[in-house]
Amino acid sequence: MEKSRRYAKSHEWARLEDDGSVTVGISAYAVEALTDLVFMQLPDVGATVTAGESFGEIESVKAVSDLYAPISGKVVAANTDLPSQLETLGSDPYGSGWVIRVQPDSVEQLDELMNQEAYDKLIGGG
Amino acid sequence: MPQRTPLAEWHEKNGGRMVDFAGWFMPVQYSSIVSEHLATRENAGIFDVSHMGRVAIEGNKAVEWLESMLTRQVSDLPVGRARYTLITGVAATDDSVELDGIPVILDDALVARLADHIDGSQRFILVVNASNRQRVVRWLESRLPSEGVTMKDTTVESAMIAVQGPRVFGHKAAHVFEGPLGSVFGEKILQELAALPNYGVLETQVSGEPVVVSRTGYTGEDGVEIILKASQSQGLWQRLVQKGGAVPCGLGSRDTLRLEAAMPLYGHELCEKTDPFSAGLGFAVNLDGRDFPGTEELRTRRDASDCRRVGLVFESRRAARGGDHVMEIQNGTDTVRGEITSGSFSPTCERGIALAMVDRAVVGQECELEVLVRGVRLPVKIVSLPFYRRPRHD
Repeated sequence: MEKSRRYAKSHEWARLEDDGSVTVGISAYAVEALTDLVFMQLPDVGATVTAGESFGEIESVKAVSDLYAPISGKVVAANTDLPSQLETLGSDPYGSGWVIRVQPDSVEQLDELMNQEAYDKLIGGG
Repeated sequence: MPQRTPLAEWHEKNGGRMVDFAGWFMPVQYSSIVSEHLATRENAGIFDVSHMGRVAIEGNKAVEWLESMLTRQVSDLPVGRARYTLITGVAATDDSVELDGIPVILDDALVARLADHIDGSQRFILVVNASNRQRVVRWLESRLPSEGVTMKDTTVESAMIAVQGPRVFGHKAAHVFEGPLGSVFGEKILQELAALPNYGVLETQVSGEPVVVSRTGYTGEDGVEIILKASQSQGLWQRLVQKGGAVPCGLGSRDTLRLEAAMPLYGHELCEKTDPFSAGLGFAVNLDGRDFPGTEELRTRRDASDCRRVGLVFESRRAARGGDHVMEIQNGTDTVRGEITSGSFSPTCERGIALAMVDRAVVGQECELEVLVRGVRLPVKIVSLPFYRRPRHD
């Protein structure tokens, strides 16, 4: 069984891992809407991210979009393969298309995010 | 509510991502900007450009009047030819186009001369930008002479379709016209179209209705733009797509294509106050012996031009956007030397490209230049324009 993902209104997902870290990525819906991705800026490992604030950016042919942290904490890993293989975001958004892993200040912050049902409702697919 | 082109329904039903563009409900893309861009570069793309303004100008003084209104000479424009021109006006700072203001550039446009009427009066079509149409029409109407010229905004009753790419005619050399245009025109017309020079214009018919076909476009590719009755446009579009194999393209790829071809876009490379000589558009301003609105002002500007439009190429795939600053780095200090007017990822070059207006002192020098993109400095090199020039296809 896949661990449950939580979603931010800004379309990032967050998933609690066994080691207490939280993996962060971009929802399939958002990747589909962005299309023509050309560039991605990741934070450095060790950087601090704050829930609701920009931690990186993703650029498509048409526009630049901020990536917003769904949870506050310290970046413990960044998917450095991703910027040179942006198609992974579309092909495996919840697996190898992960963006960063965060050691959260407070795991309870995850409860403030949407569950799958609420997110599906937001994007009009459920 | 944005205005709908006669093809809006088709776009909606066929996956077009619709946006409001200059008051029109237009597709920005169907599949992806990059795939539509490459389809146009490699085969044939089709674009609904019905949002562009079309103005019919006719009368026995039409040549004389247009000569007095446009920056480009019209008196020597033969029947069956089109020309790129600027439209200058004497505008107040509000939108009302009052006299006694400062001369400004109201728009850039294509002026096409059609066959004269039997009585010898002349016929023209002026194609203007959607965003400037109402203002340009008001301005021109305010300057219309009391007799000898009539003017009609035919935008809504007509449609305009661009078919662009190396394969629009099929394989011309082999005389196998199996490309998109072969799906709507007969052999004889196709031969005439294929023989048409760039900026040539042909008046013909499709299904018994008049159409105007010009060897023009906004992509850097060979191709045509077709002006036809609104009611005929869906049928023609469908044939070009379904039978002709042209790939529907939205405004997104139209913009990346024109940027690679270094074609100006009003509001970016060209604004009310832009000096056309610095912007590389001096060819569109004929000043000798002319007297159109703003002639004097433009003469002064020509002699004082101190900026240049240049092409910039980035090392990264990251793109600068309009308004980003171009900096020169000298002994560790930097100076703002210009501004990006348009920038994007280039699907052909596979990296960021941009048009910029820079101080002419940095052009032709071995300057170290950087562009400040969202707080990050990216090194750039000045390159000759256009970024993309089409290879010779046979």
